[in-house]
Amino acid sequence: MMAKPKSSFSMRKITESKLFFPFLTLAIILVIDLIAIPNFFSIQVRDGNLYGSVIDIMRNASTVMLLALGMTLVIATGGVDLSVGAVMAIAASVAAIMMNPVIVGLELPPDLMKFINDPQFTYSPLWEVIVVTLIVATICGLWNGILVAYIRIQPMVATLILMIAGRGIAQLITNGVRIQIFYQPYAFIGQGWIVLPFSLYIVAFVFLITWVLTRRTAIGLFIESVGTNFRSSMYSGINERRVKLLAYSFCGFCAGIAGLVASSNIKTSDAFNIGAGLELDAILAVVIGGTLMSGGRFSLLASLFGALVIQAITTSMYAFGVPAFALQAIKGVFVIFIILLYSEQVRALIRKISAPKGA
Amino acid sequence: MPDMDGEGLLVSMRGINKTFPGVQALINVDFDLRYGEIHALMGGNGAGKSTLIKVLTGVEHPDGGHITLMGKEVHVRSPKHAQALGISTVYQEINLCPNLTVAENILIGREPMRFGSIDWKKLNAQARETLVRVLGMEIDVTKVLGSYSVAIQQMVAIVRALEIEGAKVLILDEPTSSLSIRETEQLFEVMRKLKSEGVGIIFITHFIDQVYQISDRVTIIRNGLLVGTYATAALPRMELITKMIGKTITVLDEMSKAKAQSAARIGKEPVLEARDFGQPGQVEPLDLEVFAGEVLGLAGLVGSGRTETAALLFGLETPESGSLTVEGKPVNRFSPQESIKRGLALSPEDRKAAGIVDELTVRENIILALQAGQGWFRYLNLPKQYEIAEKYMRLLDISTPSADQLVKNLSGGNQQKVILARWLATNPRVLILDEPTRGIDVGAKAEIQKLVLALAEEGKACVFISSELEEVMRTSHRIAVMSNRRKVAEFGADVDEQTVMQAMAGE
Repeated sequence: MMAKPKSSFSMRKITESKLFFPFLTLAIILVIDLIAIPNFFSIQVRDGNLYGSVIDIMRNASTVMLLALGMTLVIATGGVDLSVGAVMAIAASVAAIMMNPVIVGLELPPDLMKFINDPQFTYSPLWEVIVVTLIVATICGLWNGILVAYIRIQPMVATLILMIAGRGIAQLITNGVRIQIFYQPYAFIGQGWIVLPFSLYIVAFVFLITWVLTRRTAIGLFIESVGTNFRSSMYSGINERRVKLLAYSFCGFCAGIAGLVASSNIKTSDAFNIGAGLELDAILAVVIGGTLMSGGRFSLLASLFGALVIQAITTSMYAFGVPAFALQAIKGVFVIFIILLYSEQVRALIRKISAPKGA
Repeated sequence: MPDMDGEGLLVSMRGINKTFPGVQALINVDFDLRYGEIHALMGGNGAGKSTLIKVLTGVEHPDGGHITLMGKEVHVRSPKHAQALGISTVYQEINLCPNLTVAENILIGREPMRFGSIDWKKLNAQARETLVRVLGMEIDVTKVLGSYSVAIQQMVAIVRALEIEGAKVLILDEPTSSLSIRETEQLFEVMRKLKSEGVGIIFITHFIDQVYQISDRVTIIRNGLLVGTYATAALPRMELITKMIGKTITVLDEMSKAKAQSAARIGKEPVLEARDFGQPGQVEPLDLEVFAGEVLGLAGLVGSGRTETAALLFGLETPESGSLTVEGKPVNRFSPQESIKRGLALSPEDRKAAGIVDELTVRENIILALQAGQGWFRYLNLPKQYEIAEKYMRLLDISTPSADQLVKNLSGGNQQKVILARWLATNPRVLILDEPTRGIDVGAKAEIQKLVLALAEEGKACVFISSELEEVMRTSHRIAVMSNRRKVAEFGADVDEQTVMQAMAGE
């Protein structure tokens, strides 16, 4: 992204870019859709807003894209965060109870009780809901970070704790109840539309924050350095613990935002279903984006493409009429195919074919 | 005389070519290995030695040329294939499993079985017996390999290559760079024995003494070109060095002049002062001081506590006794970050594991410590990064196509220079250099020694650690000797080699 344009434009350079393969995969899927499914790319304009399959892919991918941004940093340090799905559920519960606390037995003044199902009513103002939710989510990430960086528990085990406990915590917060969210402005987060779905603006905004945080400060370099060789990094004076703490905290923060979007989409705090299985999609998105699970170099944009690839597969399968129960299996086949593209041998083969000899 | 078909030869490589993007690593190189021969392969860093070996062991595929093994032309497809053909390599970085026991490492894949499960008793006995028979070495084979010194790990690797893989061609890549004198002797004995059994050994080393001590012939490569193959005994030492670096060296004279000059400028107050400083089990309490403008040599055998002392001074570990003052200020918090703030720098012994960050570029590696000192938010902008990187690339003569090259693609000597550059960029007051010339060719070695003296002349205090006594003597103004994890002696620059050696041996 930031390479000094010194050497010339070459095929090898393109194929070695982290963006190349996610982009290629996405393009292939979309081209198949274009040929096989009529109107796949048709976009309708209603009330000045855009609708269509392609828009749907992006909108549905937004939660995984959000998770993938935080996950990229964690994986780049050489770790992994399995708890993001559970953190989404916690975030959803916190948000829901702040807007609609009555269900858990909190006494409201009688003059407020009658407003409780009013789409314009919220107990706490929206900004407060968002801020508190994101703080809670960030604390969840911080917890993971402490376990990994300071107590030196292996990342997979450390985050597994919150993955398992998180959904329980989410239920404890709401006293085991699924809280319905009536407040209309909240629904805008996941369902709103300003020409494009509002959630996409959130993704773009979080992407920008992440990019600035990592590429306009030294943090990106430190993450890549720690992920590549943590001993050398430590010897060079990098506080690798703090770098990891930041990565996990930020990952929690992103999961919090994803939780807001997801709960806004279904208008409830559903501790069991919100974010279920999404941690794996997020990890997959990062891997498709070319970041090694062992850590090191990362590309945020490539991870976003990775998330889009996953969603494009799902949406396309539905469009092809694949029944929902077969979806996971077919997705697996695609994933194998994509991961094959990443093996050095296959890449070398592609390079051999695509680049004429002596290039 | 060897004929062109490679008959009568164990290995014959003819007209080997290999090109990497931007570099022609090997140009039409020929190389022979006879039965029962120890053949030294020499050349500077990046000369093409490693590439030639990689071609022979199937790691890289040549762009052109033929390889004949025992009279038959072979195409080595992969390292595994090479092993199956009887070509085994022991690398300077050990490629065994440090978490398995010595016995497991030796016999992995050939474990003796009993009732469908591994017969551990027999496995351990067999491993022990093999070690004694081949090396005359008795160690506890049930301990994990990683708990032994690099030297022993290397021996284990050799035993495995010979016994299990049945190697006919044994490639030893810098096997002695981390061995003590006695261990090296032991290794040489083994090599001579193998030679008498008809095994062909390719011996890669930077120690010229050892080439003369052990090898029958020597092949020299420079800049990807074959300089020639010579009978070792008939090649004068000076000529060998000249052929390797392509110019006669007058550096040595310059060195002693530079040292004499800089000695006059050594400061009066110590920059670094350790009193009763140590950690039981690692380093016995010692007194040490380094003055501004001085090179303090730390001599000692492998395992004598040199590296541990360096680690302790740099704050990688917290000492249990004594005090450390830097520029008169006592140190009470020990961590690399704190040390860097105080103006200390450590170039670690293990370049690959603790020095370079191989997936990062030369530029990123050079600015890493400086940036770490600046923190997260005072980010050096790219033009500034290039400026710093390019300044030190020039100053230290780092040979790389560009500042954007990944540091893993550089030769060992250039990687070492990158680490030096990383520290120089932080403008340290004390430089601790642990084996800075390990695995580096003669030319680059002299360059680095000169550089150390030049840095001292600028007023930096340097601690220079090396296994090569000659190098320590040449570079240092003062020499502290370590033996058995304690400081046993201290000498001025005028001491003779014999005296230091006696101190090293603990006499």
